[in-house]
Amino acid sequence: MRLSVNGRPHELPEGTALTGLLETVAPDPRGVAVALNGSVVRAAEWPAIPLREGDLVEVVTAHQGG
Amino acid sequence: MLEVAGVQLAPLWLGTGGLTSLETVRRVVEAARPGLVTVSVRRTSDTGTGSLLATLRDLGVQVLPNTAGCLGAQEAVLTAELAREALGTDWVKLEVIGDEVSLLPDVVELVEAAETLVARGFTVLPYTTGDPVVARRLVDVGCAAVMPLGSPIGSGRGIADPHTIEAVRAAVDVPVVLDAGIGTASEAAHAMELGCDAVLVATAVTRAEDPVAMARAMSLAVESGQLARRAGRIPRRETARASSPMRGRVGR
Repeated sequence: MRLSVNGRPHELPEGTALTGLLETVAPDPRGVAVALNGSVVRAAEWPAIPLREGDLVEVVTAHQGG
Repeated sequence: MLEVAGVQLAPLWLGTGGLTSLETVRRVVEAARPGLVTVSVRRTSDTGTGSLLATLRDLGVQVLPNTAGCLGAQEAVLTAELAREALGTDWVKLEVIGDEVSLLPDVVELVEAAETLVARGFTVLPYTTGDPVVARRLVDVGCAAVMPLGSPIGSGRGIADPHTIEAVRAAVDVPVVLDAGIGTASEAAHAMELGCDAVLVATAVTRAEDPVAMARAMSLAVESGQLARRAGRIPRRETARASSPMRGRVGR
C-alpha cells in the first residue's frame, strides 16, 4: 500500500502497524512524536494503530530553532 | 526573579537555531545560563533524531518548543500538540506568522490558536506584535506571558520603537518577554530598561562571530538592564543641568 510519510511517498506491506513504519523512519523513538491524518497519536498507541492506503503520517522531533 | 505560570526562570532565554554543532550549543548554553532554551519541531526526515534534545537535557535547561514557521492557527495547534508529545512539556512558544517574507505575526490566527491551546491545557507564550490591544487579547484568552517583537526576526535592528514595548508592558500584568530583533547586548539591556521581564535572543548569539562570547555579553546585559530598571533612570530634560556645584568656582 502507498502512503505519505513526512510529505514523501512510502510503500509498505498491507497490514503494517504504525510501529512497523517507525522502526525504519525513527529507529530511536525518544523525543519523537507522530501525527496520523492530522491528529497526534500517543506513543503508547503506536503498536495498535494499523496503517491504511493513502494515510498521511508526520514523524517529528526537536530541532534547533528560535 | 521572573515567574511564568508559577515557575521561576532566569531572564535571558536562548534560541538554538543557527548554531553549527552540538558542542557549540553546549558552550553557548553554559555561557548564557538561560532560563529557557527554545527548539523547533521538524520532520525527522529533515533532521535526524535525538541528539539536540539529549544535549539540552544533559545541560539541565528547561526546553521550550516553538511553532516557528506555522502559517495558520490549525498548523500551529497541531505542531504544539506534536511538541507536547515529543518533549513531554505543555509549554509552547506560539508563533503564527502571516507570511514567509516579513515573518510578522498573524495576530488574528495567533489569538485563535492561543485560545485553543489554553483550552487544551497548554501554557502559551505567544510571539506577537508590539501592540497593547493584541497583548490584552492574548492575556484575556489565558496566555501566561506575551512576547512582543523589537524588530523583525533575524533583522538585528534592535527595538525599532521603544514606545510599543512600553505600551505592551503597561497593558498587561503577565510577564513581557522581548522576542526578535535583538542584534547586540546593549539592545537586550534596553529591553529590560523598558520594563521587559526577559529577553529571548537567537540569531544575535547563534550567528555572532563568537557565539559563546556574545552569549555571555547578553547574560550580563540582561542583568544590567534589569538592575537599571529597578534603580530608576533619571527623567530626560530639555536643557543641561550641571552635576558639579556652581558656587565656589575659581576666579568668580
